[in-house]
Amino acid sequence: MTEYALRVDKISKRYRIGTARLRYATLRDSLIGAANAPIRWMGRITQKKQESNGDSPDHIWALKDVSFDVKQGQVLGIIGRNGAGKSTLLKILARVTDPTEGYGEIRGRVGSLLEVGTGFHPELTGRENIYLNGAILGMKRAEIERKFDEIVAFSEVEQFIDTPVKRYSSGMYLRLAFAVAAHLEPEILVVDEVLAVGDAEFQRKCLGKMNDVAQDGRTVLFVSHNMSAILRLTQEAIVIEKGHLVMRAPTPQAVDYYLSRGDSRQGERLWEPDEIPAASAPYCPIGLRILDPQGAVTETVRSTDPVTVEIEYALSSDITGLRVGIYLMSTRGEMIFTSFDTDDPRHYEKFSARKAGHYSSRCTIPADFLNEGRYILGMNASAFRVRRFFQDEQALTFTVDAAGAPGMQWTETRLGAVRPRLDWMIEAV
Amino acid sequence: MTSRAISPIVYLKPAKGWRSLNLSDLWAYRELVYFLIWRDVKVRYKQAVLGIAWAIIQPVMVMVVFTIIFGHLANLKTDSTIPQNLYPVFSYAALLPWQLFQNSLSRASVSLVSNSNLLTKIYFPRLIIPIAAVAAGLVDFLFAFLVLVGLMIVYGVHASWTMIFLPFLLLLALMTALAIGLWLSAMNVKYRDVQQMIPFLLQAWMYASPVAYSIDVIPTHFPWRLIYSLNPMTGVIQGFRWALLGGSPPDQSIIISVVMVIILLISGLFYFRRMERGFADTI
Repeated sequence: MTEYALRVDKISKRYRIGTARLRYATLRDSLIGAANAPIRWMGRITQKKQESNGDSPDHIWALKDVSFDVKQGQVLGIIGRNGAGKSTLLKILARVTDPTEGYGEIRGRVGSLLEVGTGFHPELTGRENIYLNGAILGMKRAEIERKFDEIVAFSEVEQFIDTPVKRYSSGMYLRLAFAVAAHLEPEILVVDEVLAVGDAEFQRKCLGKMNDVAQDGRTVLFVSHNMSAILRLTQEAIVIEKGHLVMRAPTPQAVDYYLSRGDSRQGERLWEPDEIPAASAPYCPIGLRILDPQGAVTETVRSTDPVTVEIEYALSSDITGLRVGIYLMSTRGEMIFTSFDTDDPRHYEKFSARKAGHYSSRCTIPADFLNEGRYILGMNASAFRVRRFFQDEQALTFTVDAAGAPGMQWTETRLGAVRPRLDWMIEAV
Repeated sequence: MTSRAISPIVYLKPAKGWRSLNLSDLWAYRELVYFLIWRDVKVRYKQAVLGIAWAIIQPVMVMVVFTIIFGHLANLKTDSTIPQNLYPVFSYAALLPWQLFQNSLSRASVSLVSNSNLLTKIYFPRLIIPIAAVAAGLVDFLFAFLVLVGLMIVYGVHASWTMIFLPFLLLLALMTALAIGLWLSAMNVKYRDVQQMIPFLLQAWMYASPVAYSIDVIPTHFPWRLIYSLNPMTGVIQGFRWALLGGSPPDQSIIISVVMVIILLISGLFYFRRMERGFADTI
């Protein structure tokens, strides 16, 4: 018998549709319900049968028959779109909510970073919140006292430790919250999207801390939309789609599967109005596409051809300091480059202040540059050090075909993200 | 790190029907109770200029109003064994446990909803939340109690041996608040109507308890006193007056109070545990 840290068997969770919107029933409904109870009692047997069949129209299965296990010391990635059921799964594992059906076993304490800073109180100081938050996360007082200095050092907010956290910047707040959570020493750590926030330096620190946790032989469940983080931190991942576990595979394979599903397959990503967060206004993304030399939208490009990337967007009012750009990443998680439309100082002078209107920013990735493989294109619109309007790190994926690229006479796989055609000089000396 | 060696297995399964109270889990999280109480007390007075002084000002102001309105204008009588000029102490001795009950109950009733961010994110025994909310009232009580001591000195009331019953009466008041608080807080998760009902409920409850008036006004013949004593706060308040000022002894009403509280508390605990599994989904 292998030592598993966690095992779930056919876990399902059913929600009543509308519970999210109709946040609570009124007493009146319930009284009417109680008055009707004798009538329902009569029809109960038939009704019960319907319900056990499952899909009564006012219920949905947020999670259905999910089974998997995680060995002790394993770092497992969990991938899925918003609403796929990841959060529900994590809530069940964290014992916040009970499964409707199924069974599970967990060995040891689960530390969940479902949302860092849970239980932080804005009126309390950093010091007070460390104690409070630690206790809420399940630490003993003595444990918190022992780790207090370490937590403060990790969070880098020493100077403000006796200031109420409501005066903290969002970055400081987050660092402190993560620092407390990171010093919890659970057997199983559940990490959800904590890395989506915070500056690069802090993200690096967080990833480092997570690595330490894993090295220490503890089990980590890592949920993120950030594929590069998933790729870097996990060897194996599960993919959840519409409440079902659809795949368990080595991470690169799972990520590739995940990315090749959905809207990003056609070499073009279009944003529907309901996908755009209100906070991104006045920037409104419209589309991101890959164009071949003939100007047609394509999913597969040749390494030997230049590739045009087009970003289409609208500004509902004037923006100063705007830069719109792309990230290019390999599906192995390597960051290849970042480029903005106003990188060129001449463009910067001319377009840094942009009037309201409809725009397209286009660039060309030169021929003989990318190696064969799959790539992830991300998009970012921001004003440096002022505001990030919009960001989608995995807006679309595309494939690069190496036919005709240098070195194709040998069938070996060339390592590396780029495959430049270099001018070699060969001389007999 | 010590906990790693133990690694207890936690089972996840659908909860059906009534559940055990799982008091050992509650005990394991006792430090959280302390921290939540500490948070509540600290936050309550943090931005108030007068700070913790409010714990004293509130009952004193109510006492002054009661003394003027009920003691002088309406001329309500104190217990037959207490001189009428002690009306301020007479009412304050009742206001102490009453306000403890009132504050604890109203805080407990909304406690789950106001801590919904914790409920939906992290596991801990949910009972901790109303328990901490009720217990946080104790801090205010202790400050308000100092005023009582002052009042007794000013009015020349001598302490008697009966004061040793105060801790028991205090516990009874807290248990009453917890018992009702468990019912109301769990209902409030599903029906926010409860929240709207509480001020009215507490006001009616106060008039149904001997706070402003003496229990002597309740007819002694059957079944008046019995019905009146079904309210556990009757026994508590009467007990306070008796222990501090030598009012009418609470005799049979305290026994009824204790029985009522035990029934309400146990049923409340089980009701709470039954509703608990839906908290994170419905809140």
